[in-house]
Amino acid sequence: MSHASSDAKPTPRVPAPDKLSSRRLPRWSPLAIAVGAVAIGAAIGAGAGLSSHIQWGLIALALFVLGSYAITARVEGTRQAKDRVATSLIWSSFVVAVIPLYSLVQTTISKGVKVLDGTFLTHSMNNVLTIQPGGGVYHAIIGTLEQVGIATVIAAPIGILTAVYLVEYGRGTLAKWVTFFVDVMTGVPSIVAGLFILSLWFVLVGSAPASGFAGSLALAILMLPVVVRSTEEMLKLVPNELREASLALGVPKWRTITKVVIPTAIGGITTGVMLAISRIAGESAPIALLVFGSNLINTNPFSGPQSSLPYYIYQQYGNGNDPSYNRAWAAALVLIAFVMILNAVARGIARWKAPKTGR
Amino acid sequence: MAKRIDVSGLSAFYGTHRAIDDISMTVEPRSVTAFIGPSGCGKSTFLRTLNRMHEVTPGGRVEGKVLLDDENLYASNVDPVTVRRTVGMVFQRPNPFPTMSIYDNVAAGLKLNGVRKKGELDTIVEKSLKGANLWNEVKDRLNRPGSGLSGGQQQRLCIARAIAVEPQVLLMDEPCSALDPISTLAIEDLIGELKSRFTIVIVTHNMQQAARVSDRTAFFNLAGVGQPGKLIEIDETERIFSNPSVQATEDYISGRFG
Repeated sequence: MSHASSDAKPTPRVPAPDKLSSRRLPRWSPLAIAVGAVAIGAAIGAGAGLSSHIQWGLIALALFVLGSYAITARVEGTRQAKDRVATSLIWSSFVVAVIPLYSLVQTTISKGVKVLDGTFLTHSMNNVLTIQPGGGVYHAIIGTLEQVGIATVIAAPIGILTAVYLVEYGRGTLAKWVTFFVDVMTGVPSIVAGLFILSLWFVLVGSAPASGFAGSLALAILMLPVVVRSTEEMLKLVPNELREASLALGVPKWRTITKVVIPTAIGGITTGVMLAISRIAGESAPIALLVFGSNLINTNPFSGPQSSLPYYIYQQYGNGNDPSYNRAWAAALVLIAFVMILNAVARGIARWKAPKTGR
Repeated sequence: MAKRIDVSGLSAFYGTHRAIDDISMTVEPRSVTAFIGPSGCGKSTFLRTLNRMHEVTPGGRVEGKVLLDDENLYASNVDPVTVRRTVGMVFQRPNPFPTMSIYDNVAAGLKLNGVRKKGELDTIVEKSLKGANLWNEVKDRLNRPGSGLSGGQQQRLCIARAIAVEPQVLLMDEPCSALDPISTLAIEDLIGELKSRFTIVIVTHNMQQAARVSDRTAFFNLAGVGQPGKLIEIDETERIFSNPSVQATEDYISGRFG
């Protein structure tokens, strides 16, 4: 607005409304628009002879968004229409994101339950021909538990201590380099981590590894940056006032960290570690390189080849016959269940350990 | 129990920025000294130099001397942890430890410093909570989380936590600014009781509060934005509020400034 015209009385672009109430769409209208959009989308899809149901769905989604805008704009006005479009876009994105997840879980469950029973969970593939039905996943469960367990024992303490260093002590160059290398490590593909341990093994031991422990080392490399990152974020969330309150009581810094800072963040740290475990539990490449896979039960992770759930799935699927396919799906279901149970446990711990308000 | 504080030629820095410049004063034992002055004049920074909490801030640095009964806090052979055990602090916002119960909050300073005996802890917790006028309100729920108390109760819990380690000096950084008048009154009464055992320094924006609780008052001011804060004068509270020797003090207290 220029000063020259300031004496002219500006007319407001949007006049103040005369009354507060206005025409509104009923509460069920989004649902009605969605149902209508799906019906029309299906009609257009069937009419145009589109074979893919994904195309039907996309047409319905577009109709839903456009329809919400058009109808709301006519009845309520353009501002409400834009609001409605944003809402319907978010709902559409949600549906688009959930459909693959639903489809994945549904497929795995329907195909996996065929052979999933007590025998499957408690037997190995020892003396089972790949074309035969039967056999089980027990040896792979043992392998996964041991390899992931050892990797966690290695990576969780190192990762948490690194995060403590970065948040509580790290100033200057070293901290910057550590942060940089953690970022780089986040992007390391699992096969590279496997190759690194493989070549290290050849240099140090002079022979091929073939033990669960070697696989654990590669998994620990993959797990470390995830633990560092999540722990770092959680420690940063602890208010500085708590550190100062503790320091002002004459508590040394290390005790402040171990007794005040970490307990306050322990819920989040646990969740982070559990998510990192979930991430590495599905790795098959380092296992193929370093642990070799096996059909036998081998409870010793330090000697001899072992199997693991993701490797077992890969192996069974590669066999290319129906009994093996069934075993692969059942093992996939076991792996998903394992990860989901871990996440549920993590959430439980986070809730249990979260600072209480006590009101 | 209570110790005298002698500050001479003290300047504090944040990185290269000089926050307070060349402050010298004496804080008498077993008395309440109030710091008043406009925001940003360095009252809180100065308070934090008195128990070496200033250097916890990244870039925080101090020049000059703070004598606690003839011992320099900033001597090279002095451990800041020992200083903070001797000079306790209560903060502006109540900050009980969220993971700990009321009992553990009060016992935190002792437990984290290695006192383990249950009987001894019980005695000190009860004594400190009584000292902070909180015992009657919480004695039946010592195992409930400290963060479930009201704001005023939380602040008294923080005072109990600070006095549980038996410091010589208690620093209070605007302890009532987040509290309602009734809780403020409770804390002010408490300060009156505590001054028989501790040397108390309190930063406040509330001049009535300074007049009510303190024996001596120090007025801080700064020449302008970005300039370091300076001590204008320190004197008996009655004199500061009736007949200060510097015009700037009178202007500030009577609301004529700028």
